Amino acid sequence: MSPRAFKQWAVPVALLVVLALVPQFSIDIPYVFNGAINTPGTLQLLALCLVFGGVAMSYDLLFGYTGLLSFGHALYFAVGVYITAIAITKWHWSFVAAIAFTALIGILLPLVLGAVSLRVGGIAFAMVTLAFAQAGSILAFKNPYGWTGGEEGLGADYTKLPAGLVGIFNTKHLYWVALGFVTVAFVVVQWAVASSPGHIWQAIRENELRVEVLGLRPYAYKLMVFVLASFIATAGGVVYLLLLGGATPEVTSANFTLTLLVMVVIGGTGTRWGALLGGAIYTWANERLGEASSSHAISSLPSVLRTPLQQPLFVLGVLFILVVFFVPGGLVRIGKVRRPRTLQRLQEAMQK
Amino acid sequence: MSTFVLLTITGLGLGALYFLIASGLSLIYGLMGVLNFAHGAFLTVGAYALWFTESKLPGMAVLPRFLLGALAGLVAGGVFAALVELILIRPLYKRHIEQVLVTVGLGLSTTALVVAIWGNDARTVAAPAWLGKTTTVFGAHIPNDRWILIIAAIVVLIALNAFLKRTRYGLIIRAGVENRAMVTALGIDVRRAFTLVFAIGGVAAALAGVLSGVYFSTVDPARGTSLLIFAFIVVVIGGLGSLRGTAGAAVVVGLVQQYANYYASSGLGDLSVVLLLGLVLLARPSGLSRSFA
Repeated sequence: MSPRAFKQWAVPVALLVVLALVPQFSIDIPYVFNGAINTPGTLQLLALCLVFGGVAMSYDLLFGYTGLLSFGHALYFAVGVYITAIAITKWHWSFVAAIAFTALIGILLPLVLGAVSLRVGGIAFAMVTLAFAQAGSILAFKNPYGWTGGEEGLGADYTKLPAGLVGIFNTKHLYWVALGFVTVAFVVVQWAVASSPGHIWQAIRENELRVEVLGLRPYAYKLMVFVLASFIATAGGVVYLLLLGGATPEVTSANFTLTLLVMVVIGGTGTRWGALLGGAIYTWANERLGEASSSHAISSLPSVLRTPLQQPLFVLGVLFILVVFFVPGGLVRIGKVRRPRTLQRLQEAMQK
Repeated sequence: MSTFVLLTITGLGLGALYFLIASGLSLIYGLMGVLNFAHGAFLTVGAYALWFTESKLPGMAVLPRFLLGALAGLVAGGVFAALVELILIRPLYKRHIEQVLVTVGLGLSTTALVVAIWGNDARTVAAPAWLGKTTTVFGAHIPNDRWILIIAAIVVLIALNAFLKRTRYGLIIRAGVENRAMVTALGIDVRRAFTLVFAIGGVAAALAGVLSGVYFSTVDPARGTSLLIFAFIVVVIGGLGSLRGTAGAAVVVGLVQQYANYYASSGLGDLSVVLLLGLVLLARPSGLSRSFA
């Protein structure tokens, strides 16, 4: 292993080891978590942070690396949640068959919908993806053939799930599954953006016309990244289903896609750690703000302050606006002056 | 026959509601290149201002109370939209993605704030009894509020057209859509036109909020977002930034939704609209109409 590769992977591997060991230690971190870190409640929250971190990374592939503003990413996450849940609960398929089928849909659906929506660019693309996601949301709410369970959602048939992934005592296994998902997502995303199509995605972000002038077809590359990002989101959806034990229509909503956008922008777009960090922080803050709103410290505030603080989405929405205004690069770029990209490229070329 | 008439007129009513939201979106996009995700919030502000004003005037007769509430709704929507433009959008000129992000954050947090203050439950709006009755046309019993929606949309369309074609500011806005740099180079402060367009869009969205309050006889925090999505579809089908295209698309979308809900199956209306969008994009990626106003 070359020293550069070592430098590149030492931090992620060390982090992975620390995170993998979390369920084995009973450490109490006051204020940050409610209870020791290896209690089921905290592990569940940590696992959710990891899942949304991974899904946010997939969204960053589209938005941060390729410059595609999609408002329909929730649809592909929901495919992972709903198709798996429906296959095992309503069609009584085995878990493996359900996963295989979900994976198939997770590739075919973005291939078809991406092929249509990528015919337009920019803002029109954003609205078209939003419309397709809305169709998914309508389907989930309308409860066709009684499959999706409508507003109430659908509990997964736990007898079909692997025994080690069911029940509160097995939360740590679920945590490891979530960690596995985010690790694979991280490696795939890093590998993809460093590959030659990855460079073309970033070139499309910088100047699509020039890519076209060079004789490449941006459409094909955009479709490629669209399918890859959607597939990762679908995988995240499956892990989410295992974690929560059921599907609820909230995951299909336009608000959920907007939430992904908020995560990526808060963390920092088009960076190694930004989306992961943003997804984890957002999920954690959303959960803890919700809990804190019933705490004594907040309920003793005057109602002008207390009322807005009871809604995590309000706090996070305002935080998001502040980040856009004052920390345009996201949290990972705090304190760093961004070097001009050309300089960075020159330096990389000279090191080779 | 009477069913068909009923479906057509209620479809037109729905299209009128979409048009009221989409016209502002389309104008703002045409002039500034901003996809305004806070437009649903303008609608919510208008609708809640109506409900709030009504709830503060318990003793009054229904009609003046409703009219006062509607007026408060329109003013609140316009003022809120203008403030949003001045405070949040103006500092980010020429950074379109950031502007869209800010409107996303604003849309999310406004809805959350409304939920925090007044809760998730729908609130009942009192409207004049006449609006709840029906008028018979060709044997079809048409709810009267649909007529009001259609008339409001036609008035807004004519007024906006007259404003764009006959006034100085309208000229500046049309010129700004064509070539903003040139308008600025001629020494005209195009930013004032931006605030104005936002305020107009806010009033139109608030009108949609007030009339949707009549249509559903309630106001609730989630409605802004759900109507906004259909307004987006209308704007894309109509060709971004074109007022006539938006009006045409609103009519088509409203009618398709009603017909599909009745003749195919209930619930298919929403899906058929999305399908329509896909078909239009496959046939004409630029939408049905390209030119502005």
